[in-house]
Amino acid sequence: MDELQKLRELKAQYEAAVAKVLQKMPERRAEFVNSSGIPIERVYTPLDLEGWDYVEKLGLPGQYPFTRAVQPTAYRGRYWTMRQYAGFATAEETNRRYHFLLKSGQTGLSVAFDLPTQIGYDSDHELARGEVGKVGVAIDSLWDMERLFEGIPLDQVSTSMTINAPCAVILAMYLAVAEKQGVPFDKLRGTVQNDILKEYPARGTYIFGPRPSMRLITNIFEYCTKYVPQWNTISISGYHIREAGSTAVQEVAFTLANGIAYVQAAIDAGMQVDEFGPRLSFFFNSHLDFFEEIAKFRAARRLWARIMKERFGAKDPRSMMLRFHTQTAGCSLTAQQPLNNIMRTAFEALAAVLGGTQSLHTNSFDEALALPSELAVQVALRTQQIIAYETAVCDTIDPLAGSYYIESLTDQIEAKAQEYIDKIDQMGGAVAAIEKGYIQKEIQESAYRYQREIEKGERIVVGLNKFQVKEEEKPVDLLKVDPAVADRQIARLKELKASRDNAAVQKALAELKTAAEGDANLMPPILAAVKSLATLGEICDTLRAVFGEYQMAAM
Amino acid sequence: MQEGRKIRVLAAKPGLDGHDRGIKVICAALRDAGMEVIYTGLRQTPEQIVAAALQEDADVIAMSCLSGAHNYLFTRVMQLLKERGVEDILVLGGGIIPDEDIPGLKAAGIAEIFRPGTDTNEIVRFIRENLKRHKAA
Repeated sequence: MDELQKLRELKAQYEAAVAKVLQKMPERRAEFVNSSGIPIERVYTPLDLEGWDYVEKLGLPGQYPFTRAVQPTAYRGRYWTMRQYAGFATAEETNRRYHFLLKSGQTGLSVAFDLPTQIGYDSDHELARGEVGKVGVAIDSLWDMERLFEGIPLDQVSTSMTINAPCAVILAMYLAVAEKQGVPFDKLRGTVQNDILKEYPARGTYIFGPRPSMRLITNIFEYCTKYVPQWNTISISGYHIREAGSTAVQEVAFTLANGIAYVQAAIDAGMQVDEFGPRLSFFFNSHLDFFEEIAKFRAARRLWARIMKERFGAKDPRSMMLRFHTQTAGCSLTAQQPLNNIMRTAFEALAAVLGGTQSLHTNSFDEALALPSELAVQVALRTQQIIAYETAVCDTIDPLAGSYYIESLTDQIEAKAQEYIDKIDQMGGAVAAIEKGYIQKEIQESAYRYQREIEKGERIVVGLNKFQVKEEEKPVDLLKVDPAVADRQIARLKELKASRDNAAVQKALAELKTAAEGDANLMPPILAAVKSLATLGEICDTLRAVFGEYQMAAM
Repeated sequence: MQEGRKIRVLAAKPGLDGHDRGIKVICAALRDAGMEVIYTGLRQTPEQIVAAALQEDADVIAMSCLSGAHNYLFTRVMQLLKERGVEDILVLGGGIIPDEDIPGLKAAGIAEIFRPGTDTNEIVRFIRENLKRHKAA
C-alpha cells in the first residue's frame, strides 16, 4: 500500500476521533482563519502537500526561486544588519544618537527625517510649524547633512534613508558629504526608500503626482547604476501598507505590484532589467501571526523571483533576489501596559529572522506613547542581539522549510497575492489602481475589520481588551523634543542664506528648472544645486513649479 | 439645529502627519453609528480645518495627529474657533499624545483626547453625551 494511502486511512481514523472529542468539548473557535482570510487546518500532513515539488518550490539557499534564502550561507555567514531607525531634533542631536548606537553594536544607520524634510519644506515654512525635528531630524541644506554625519566615515557604514518624494535631493546631499570626506561614490553602501507609490495609499509624504514622481525614481536608478553602484536605489515598502491596516497577503501583493510598476517604468525609460534589478530592495512588516509572517517572507521571495525571471526576462540571478529589511509592527504595540510590547516585538523579530530578513529594526516598547527613549531603543536592539547570539536559530538556514503547515501557508499566500497582482494588472497596473483608489479602499476595509474584531473580542490584545489592569504603571523618561529646535533651524537657515553665494544658487535652480522641463536626468542638476547651498525647500519648490503638487481627494 | 438631523463630524488631519489609519477607522465607525462624517484628507492647516468646520456646519471636529505636533496644532484650532466666537462645536483629539500634554490640551478647550487602543464605541458614546448643540440624532 502506498504511503499516502496509509496516511489517508490514519487521517480518517483521526477525524473520527476528533468528531467524538468535539461532541464533548468544542474547540476554542468554530473556525480558525488568519488575518489574510486563509483557513487554518487542525493539523497539516503530507496530504496537504500532494504533488508538491521540492526543487520547483524551494531549491537550495542562493538558488532560484530563492524561497529558502537569497544567499548560499545566509546567517551562518553573517547575521542580518541590526539597523534602528533613528532621528530627531537637530542634526547634532541625531549625530550623537548615531554615535551611541554604533558604540552599542548597531551595524548600520537608518535616518529618520522630520515631516517638513520628507515633504520638501524648509523649517521656516508655514506648514512646518509644530513639526520641526519631531518624527525625525530636520534637514534644510547641505550644512545640516554635514553635521548629521560628523565623525562617521561614509565608506565604513551602510546608511538607510527613509526619504521618498525629495529622495533625489537628500541622496545628492549624501553624495556631497561623501565628496567632502574624500569617499568615492563607488564605496558608498546604503539604501534610499525612494518608493513613492505606497505614499498615496499609506504613508502620506507625497509631493508630486505619481507620474513625475516615477521619473525622479528612474532618474535615481539610472544615475546610481552609473556612479553609485553599491547603493540600493529603492526600498519597495510593504511596511506602511501593513501599518495602514492591510493583511499579510495584501502587503505582499501591493508591494510587489508597486515593484512591477517601478521595473516597468525603468524599462520604459530605456534601461535593461539586469542593469538596475540587482539594486532593488524591499521592506516588510513583521506582525504577530508568527507562522503567517514567516510564510509571507518566503512567499514574497519566490513570487518576486518568478516575476523578474518570467515576466521581465531577467537573466542575472541577482535581479531575481528579493532582499529585504524588516521592521516589527508598530501597529501591534499598545499604550496599555507598555512593557508587554517588548515581548510582542521579540516574537515579531524572531519571525523576521526565521523568514530570512537582511536587516531588521525592532520597535521600542514606549512607541505607542511617544518617540522612543534611549533605554527603550537599547532594549529593542538587545532583543535582536539575543536572537542572534543566544537562541541559535541562525545556525541552520530556513529551519522551518518542509513543515507541512509552513509550506502550505507559503503556497497559499503566494497564490492569493498573485490573484491581487492579476487584478491590478487588469486595472492597468499599480499607478492606475492607486489613481482609482482601489488599493486605498482594500486597505481601509481590512483596517476596519481588524478594529471591529478587537472591539467584538474576536481578536484578543493582551492588556487592551483582556487582562487589563486598573492602575497603569507609567513608563518613565519619555523622549521630548525641545520646541526651541525649530528656532535653531530657522536661525541656521537665515545664516545660510546670508552667507552663501545667492547668485550661484539662483543659477543652479534655473538650470534645474530647465532640466525638469525637458527630459534629462535630474540627479546632476540637483547635485549642483545642493552644492551651491540651495535649500531642500528651494529645490523642491523649483520642481513644484514644473511638476505641480498632488492633491488627494477628500472623502 | 433641526430635530432629527444627523450629527455632523468634520474629521481632520492637521499638520504634515500621514498616519491616517486611525482617523479613517474612526470615520467608518462614526458613519456606522449613523453620523455624517466629512474627512478633509491630509495636511490641513488649523485655518483650513476651522473654515471647513464652519462651512460644513459641523457639530464636532475630530482631529488626529501622531507626529508630536499636537500641542501647536490642536491649540491653534481652538484659538481660531475662539477668535471667530464659535463655542458650540465639540472638539476631540487623538493620536500619540503623552500624558503630560493632556491637561494643557483640555485647558485649551479640547473636550477629550483618545489614544491608541480606544474602543470606537467609546468615541461614539462620548460624542452623543457631550454634544454642545442639542437635538441631534
